Amino acid sequence: MTVSGSGPRPGAVEGAGSAVAPTGSAVRPGTDMFGAAAGGDTSGFGGLVRRAPLDASSPRPYGSWFDEAVDALVEGFPGFAEVVTRVVVDRGELTLHVRPDRVAELAQHLRDDADQRYEMLLGVSGVDYPSSAERFHVVYHLMSMTYRRRLRLETQVPLEHPHVASVTGVYPTADFHERETWDMFGVVFDGHPALTRILMPDDWDGHPQRKDYPLGGVPVEYKGAQIPPPDERRSYA
Amino acid sequence: MTIHDDTVTSTRATDPYAPPTPAGTRDTTEGKVYTVTGGDWDSVLGANLDEEHIVVNMGPQHPSTHGVLRLVMELEGESITSARTVIGYLHTGIEKNLEYRNWVQGVTFVTRMDYLSPIFNETGYSLAVEKLLGIEAPERAQVIRVLCMELNRISSHLVAFATGGLELGALTAMTNAFRERETILDVLEMITGLRMNHAFVRPGGVAQDLPPGAVEKIRDLLEVLPGLLGGIDDLLTGNPIWQSRTQGIAHLDVQGCLALGITGPVLRSAGLAWDLRKTDPYCGYEDYEFDVAVHTDADCWGRFLVRKQEMFESLKIIEQALDKLRPGPVMVEDTKIAWPAQLALGSDGMGQSLDHVKKIMGTSMEALIHHFKLVTEGFRVPPGQVYTAVESPRGELGFHAVSDGGTRPYRVHVRDPSFTNLQATAAMCEGGMLSDAIAAVASIDPVMGGVDR
Repeated sequence: MTVSGSGPRPGAVEGAGSAVAPTGSAVRPGTDMFGAAAGGDTSGFGGLVRRAPLDASSPRPYGSWFDEAVDALVEGFPGFAEVVTRVVVDRGELTLHVRPDRVAELAQHLRDDADQRYEMLLGVSGVDYPSSAERFHVVYHLMSMTYRRRLRLETQVPLEHPHVASVTGVYPTADFHERETWDMFGVVFDGHPALTRILMPDDWDGHPQRKDYPLGGVPVEYKGAQIPPPDERRSYA
Repeated sequence: MTIHDDTVTSTRATDPYAPPTPAGTRDTTEGKVYTVTGGDWDSVLGANLDEEHIVVNMGPQHPSTHGVLRLVMELEGESITSARTVIGYLHTGIEKNLEYRNWVQGVTFVTRMDYLSPIFNETGYSLAVEKLLGIEAPERAQVIRVLCMELNRISSHLVAFATGGLELGALTAMTNAFRERETILDVLEMITGLRMNHAFVRPGGVAQDLPPGAVEKIRDLLEVLPGLLGGIDDLLTGNPIWQSRTQGIAHLDVQGCLALGITGPVLRSAGLAWDLRKTDPYCGYEDYEFDVAVHTDADCWGRFLVRKQEMFESLKIIEQALDKLRPGPVMVEDTKIAWPAQLALGSDGMGQSLDHVKKIMGTSMEALIHHFKLVTEGFRVPPGQVYTAVESPRGELGFHAVSDGGTRPYRVHVRDPSFTNLQATAAMCEGGMLSDAIAAVASIDPVMGGVDR
């Protein structure tokens, strides 16, 4: 049971009120902070507008060092137009959306190019957006010690063909991180030397961090009342 | 299973003093493989072992592996030819659980990951949520966070010495370091109510202001801590056994560190002064004066000296933080986000202050509604994703938080420094002696709660 429905709400902002989330987005569009769908909200807080999902590239200029860095990348990396599908700047962070089969190629350039110098890969993590066609997003957090910058690469793959090019050849540290993403989401990293489970037992079925994998749990009795397991408790969308 | 069954389990089950059954053997494409489980080495000694190749499983239940870490090592004599780590024995699904609780409740989960640096987990997570919300905690809250983090850094490094010392046979280092750590935990208990798993730092600030007497107690601690830390220093630094067990052991240079994503004391022991408190300041660290501890030996000894110096630098920061404490709120004033509780000490212990209950029940309907909504639903966080990092005692502790605009995290991924640093085990151990593998793992100082999450 949810308090507010998933459909468009009265008073939702134009363009952000569609019930179907666009590709690659889990954003539930709407207004307000507390989910009051209608009624006499006199506090003014109900007027807070949730931002529209960032599915398109951010408009230029990006601000900060982002313009300069992206320009240098466009110039230095020949395949930029076909490899990088979107450039998103949000909350002071730069994200490049990349084609899954070309991640390693771009990572190699980002590590070695004198204008980029991302010496370190901090981690790889996955996000599951079951409502979109390419549901698994793989996110790479890069850091440049030379320029003191951080950059995020994001790529997305569908359930039917969850293959991403491994970056272990460029950043050996990706070994454990890619194994974890395989373990938790079932994303296959082509070129990884030994893609085995890392946190779950070797003979485990399923990939626990997928959204359709249940959390599990049992109801607990407390002072005579039954408390349902966490994944069956009421949630507020 | 009958008594006459000839398997190991049944004989041992009925008679614990029964002689062990001979080691199992099986033929493989690479020759004969013996499975020795202890007490049955005699049966292998007679065998024709031209090519002695021993695979040793150390852990997960082993006193020298720093928690439930399993090391699989191939030995030639006493030299390690290959070392692999097996993890996951402490996997508790914290990241998955976060998706079923509201944003504030997440703090109580993340604090249990790397259980030796709970304040860092809480602060890193809170900074991520605050960045998503576009808010910043008030000044006093930031100072209290820094204060608690640095206290926590000292207590965490003390455990690194304690367990590291224990593993290398320096038992006095263990007992002394745990004893000194207790003085810090006492202070943290006074401030937060708990020795560990504090859940004290919350999105928007901290749960509660410093209790009366806390500043004096920290000042008293600052009087004695240099002496206590100096005692550990005296015990280990000049100790020839400690030196010979750590100097020149488990070498990993800067290049290796960068390739393997190593951060924290291990990276700084290789000569790179990379500390997020300086290079990417948060919580107002740019206003504190302290040095980044570095060493150039790139071995266990260097890591020991880096940790040691860091503890003394933390003392400086704590002192400055106490001077920076100004009266003020410790939680954002936005009533749509700030946790509504006003705690006070009553006759039956810490609880909701009676004045606050009187106000919300008697005079302010809005306050009551807010209290109810915040506690049952939680606040909404605008959609998007952020990555924030803090310098934990073990390196960069990063939080990748994704919000879909709801009251629960859509996904939180933790980049735990122990998880990444453990990958250096192979590079540090291979080619060395078996006994040095223990020193290598101890110098990485992994905390399995953080590794497996």
